[in-house]
Order: sequence, then structure tokens, then C-alpha cells
Amino acid sequence: MTQPLDLQSISAHYGTTKVLEDLSLSVQAGELVSLLGASGCGKTTTLRLIAGFLSPTTGSITLGGRDLTRLPPHKRDIGLVFQNYALFPHLSVLDNVAFGLKQRGLGSTERRKRAMGMLERVGLTPLADRSPGALSGGQKQRVALARALVIEPPLLMFDEPLSNLDAKLRVDMRVEIRQLQRANGTTSVYVTHDQEEAFSISDRVAIMNAGRLMQFDRPEVLYRRPANTFVARFVGFENIIPFKVTARDGAAVAAETAGMTLHLSQAGFGSIPDSFLLATRPDGLAVSTDPDAEGLPAQLGLRTYLGRAYQYQCETPAGRVVANGSLTTPLEAGTRVKLVPVPEQCTILPAEGAH
Amino acid sequence: MSDRPHPILVGVAALVYLFLMVPLVIVVGAALSDTTYLTFPPKGLSLRWFENIFEISAFRRTIVTSLQIAFLGTLIALLIGIPAAYALNRFRVELPNWLGTLFVLPILVPEIVFGFALLKSLTAGAGVPIFAALLIGHTLLVLPYVVRVISASLASFDFSIEEAAISLGSAPVKTFFTIVLPNVRAGVIAAFILAFITSLNDVSVSLFLTGPGISTLPIQILAHVEQFFDPTVASVSVLLMFLTVAVMAVVERTLGLTFLAK
Repeated sequence: MTQPLDLQSISAHYGTTKVLEDLSLSVQAGELVSLLGASGCGKTTTLRLIAGFLSPTTGSITLGGRDLTRLPPHKRDIGLVFQNYALFPHLSVLDNVAFGLKQRGLGSTERRKRAMGMLERVGLTPLADRSPGALSGGQKQRVALARALVIEPPLLMFDEPLSNLDAKLRVDMRVEIRQLQRANGTTSVYVTHDQEEAFSISDRVAIMNAGRLMQFDRPEVLYRRPANTFVARFVGFENIIPFKVTARDGAAVAAETAGMTLHLSQAGFGSIPDSFLLATRPDGLAVSTDPDAEGLPAQLGLRTYLGRAYQYQCETPAGRVVANGSLTTPLEAGTRVKLVPVPEQCTILPAEGAH
Repeated sequence: MSDRPHPILVGVAALVYLFLMVPLVIVVGAALSDTTYLTFPPKGLSLRWFENIFEISAFRRTIVTSLQIAFLGTLIALLIGIPAAYALNRFRVELPNWLGTLFVLPILVPEIVFGFALLKSLTAGAGVPIFAALLIGHTLLVLPYVVRVISASLASFDFSIEEAAISLGSAPVKTFFTIVLPNVRAGVIAAFILAFITSLNDVSVSLFLTGPGISTLPIQILAHVEQFFDPTVASVSVLLMFLTVAVMAVVERTLGLTFLAK
């Protein structure tokens, strides 16, 4: 029953405000894709469009070859899990889970059998006759999950399902969600603003900003090779330094920025354009007190303790950057150092406006 | 902190109860008096003034009219008010603010002005029959209560519950009846009681809309007091009180007064 989902150039408006612009996204059958971004980026809008609670201005939505674009939401056959659980307060846990089966015209014995089976899978059999009000947050979310899964939908969607749970439970629940999703092989769309959650649970992640898709790839790729400065900053490449290529010799490239020359091998980065941005995380800039080191001259500012390292705010000719230094030699504010980029921990972005 | 309430609190609470109960006790007492004039404490005990209500045909007719108007008016107000309250809450963002205010206007306009306006437009203007005019007047009178009370109930209703039901395959209209309505039942019951009692006890609007042959109980009480000073008025008042209590009791029995606990 697992089916691919395809969004083709979707645009959406709230009144005259454009909230989604030309979004195309293909989710393969059985895949779990996260929509990740800050609030207002359009991720929830996208989910509501797929569910049918909103209509796109342009574009089409297909699920397993079936065109959903103009289909009313109750005919779409999509399992939804909400942030606030959205359990039916006037029905028992069992009746909550059986609700979708009832809509499908199943007899009461069959409904009960399947609902109980589903409750067993999420470990809630003893609570079948409880009222949802008597459950904890984690139990409520399990009921919501069971209720969405029991109808065996071709598509399962999650709208920030773990945001109302405490940190420990969040981690447990996301593992549980992933296991259930894997076991059923249900195509899934998962909306979250939590990067760790998205990366840990997803086959692929779509990072969104201001109604646009910024990058759509596997978490490993997003984490190591962001495609643009937005995604780079989003995944923690805090330092983005502009460079210009001064010399090329085969695969070896020399590039320059204020006060330093950087030697890179094209092999590690694919092609290197004449003008590019070098992006690093704080760990990607080694703090060196050796005045002869080939690095960015910097003056250390505020030092903060991260547990595994000291972090320094640094003033450089290329602007303010953040670097992590070793725990063994804490340096004082005002110290002049060289910041040496570690190529393995750097990535290269096209210069802004160049694409 | 002790669990015992403060003596002053107990005293004030007792005073409030006294203040609420004493007039009722006096009315009940006066209604049971055997005298031909209103008095308290009652002299002698008799139910003759209760019998007298039913001997005066005007009381008999107006009790029936009042109940009909209150019941039908409340029903119509619920039929208009529930969908209105739903739409106002469900589409709060999309709908203009003044639309909600529109449903409260009959409360904001002084009732006497409201009654007069209805007289001018319905009875005198459009020539609407008296019973129909009363029904329209009372429907409009209680509609704000219905919309407000059910809106308050819907305000705490999470509409993603409705979306969950729809996503599970329940059609929107069906979802309204199986999911939304059961969850605002307390509000609907509260609105019913409030509207029914408001209609049953209304004077100012009815004053303008009653006419030859058709009147409501409160208006008939007024008319009676203008001419007689016997305890019939007290016994009718007791009857009206018991009607109100009966309505609440019936509703409690059939639907449950769970809203009182919320």
C-alpha cells in the first residue's frame, strides 16, 4: 500500500500574502521526508496543502498516481498526527483508534479487533477504555499515532508531533515513530523545526525558508555539503568567509582573502569557482598562537566554555567569526592569533548573487 | 493554611444566600396565605390562589403562550446560533470582527428600544401576526445569549480535533455532528437554559409585541397586579419559579448538567 508523493510547482497564498512559491518535492514510496525550517517558512502550509485543508493557487499534488489537488480532505486517505494530539475528548482510547475504521464502514467486531491490535503495537492495551484526558503526553501521542496508522494510509503526516513532550521522551518517541514507520513502510512527511529530530529520523530532509525549498537531500549531505549560505548557517556553518582564487595548478587551488592565502585541493570540493565563500563550523577553524601559521589574523574576544572546548568570538579583517580552541590552553581576550581553516571541515559555497 | 474557611467568608456567604433566598421564601409564603390580600407571614394555609390561577382564563392562555414562545424561540435561536457561533470561531481569522458584534447587538440596544423597534417594524409596519411577532422578537432577544455561550464553549475547542476526524475519512457535516457538537454539548445546554429562561421572564420586549387576545405570562401578571391585590400574583410567581426549575431539572435528567462542573 506504500505510494510515492509528488508535489509539482505548488504556490499558495493567504489572502494576498504568498506563503509558498513554486515548491516541487518528490517523496519516494516508503520514504520518510522531513520539512524543516523556522516558523513561517511554509512547512506547515505544505502539510496542510497535502492534507487538503488548504488549496494551492497553482501546482498539483499526486499520491501514487492519484491526483489529490482538488480532492476534499476526507477523501484523501492520509493519516495525520498533530502537535497537540487532537484526540477526540468524548471517546475512549479504543474508540479514538477505531474512528477511522468506522468511517470505512467496518463492523464493530472487526473494528475492535484491529484497534486493539494497533493499541498493542504501541503498548497501550491496558488503557483501551480510558478517556484521553486521563493519559500522559507520551501516551496521547501514541494513541494519535495508532489512530493514524490503523487505517493503513498510503501516506502518513506528522505536524511537529513531539514539540509538546519533554526532551527525554522526545528522543524515545522519535525512535518509536521511525520503527513503526519502517515496519509499515508507509510513505511519510514529517514537519519539524528541530534540526536534530529531522536529521535523526529522516531519509531525506527538505530545508525551507520564506516559502521556498532551500535544499532537499539526505541529512548527511545537508550536514556536510550545504548548497547555499542559508542552509550552511542553518546546519551550523557559522563562519562564512569570501575568497578569490589567485592561482590554479591542476587540482591545487590557491585563494586569498584579507590577509591570508588558502591552499585547497579541488578533489575535496568538486569545482571551485573563481569567487567563492568558505564555510566552516567553529570547529573548522583551528586557533593557532604561532605567528607564522598560514591563517586568518584575528584578535580574540569573548571566551565561552562549551565543555568539550573553549569558544572564542574573533575579530578578523574578514569580519567576526567564531572558533573553538583547545581546553588545555585557554587564551585571554585580546590575544592575537591565526585562525587556520581545516579543509576537511570546510565546505565551499557559490558567492552570493553569483548563481 | 487550614482547610477551614475563614469565619468572615462563611458569614458573607450566608448573607448572600439569605439575600437570594428571603424574597423567594416571602413570595412562596404569600402565595400560600388564606387571605384575600398579599401578606407575609401567611395567615392560614391554602392552595386556593394556585387554583385561582387556572380559573382565570387569561393566566391559562398566557402560560401556554409563554411556554410555546420560549420553547420555539429558543429552538430557532439555537438553529441559527449554533452554526453562527461555529462559523465565528472556526473562521475567526478570515471573518471581519464586526460580524461577531452583530450577534450581540440585541443585548447592547436597550430592551425597551428594541421592543419598540420591533413593534414599529413587525406588527405596525409589516403587519406580522402577534404570535409570529412575539416569536421573532423572542428569538432575536435570546440569540445573543445563544451565540455568546456557545462561542465561549467553542473558544476552548481545538479545531485540529475536527481536522483529525476529517483526515480519518469523516465528511465535514458529519464531523460537525459526531465530533464538534458532542464536545460543546455543555455550552448548548447552558445556552438552552439561559435562552429559555430569558424568554420566559421577558417583560420589555413582550410589552410592545403582545396585543388583543395574545399575551405572555409576565405581561398578564403585570395586568393582573394593576387591578387586583390578591395572592394570585404570588402564586403565579411561584409557578413561574417552578417552571424555571422544572426546565433545568428536565435538561439535567436528559442531557446532564455537566457544564455546571466546568
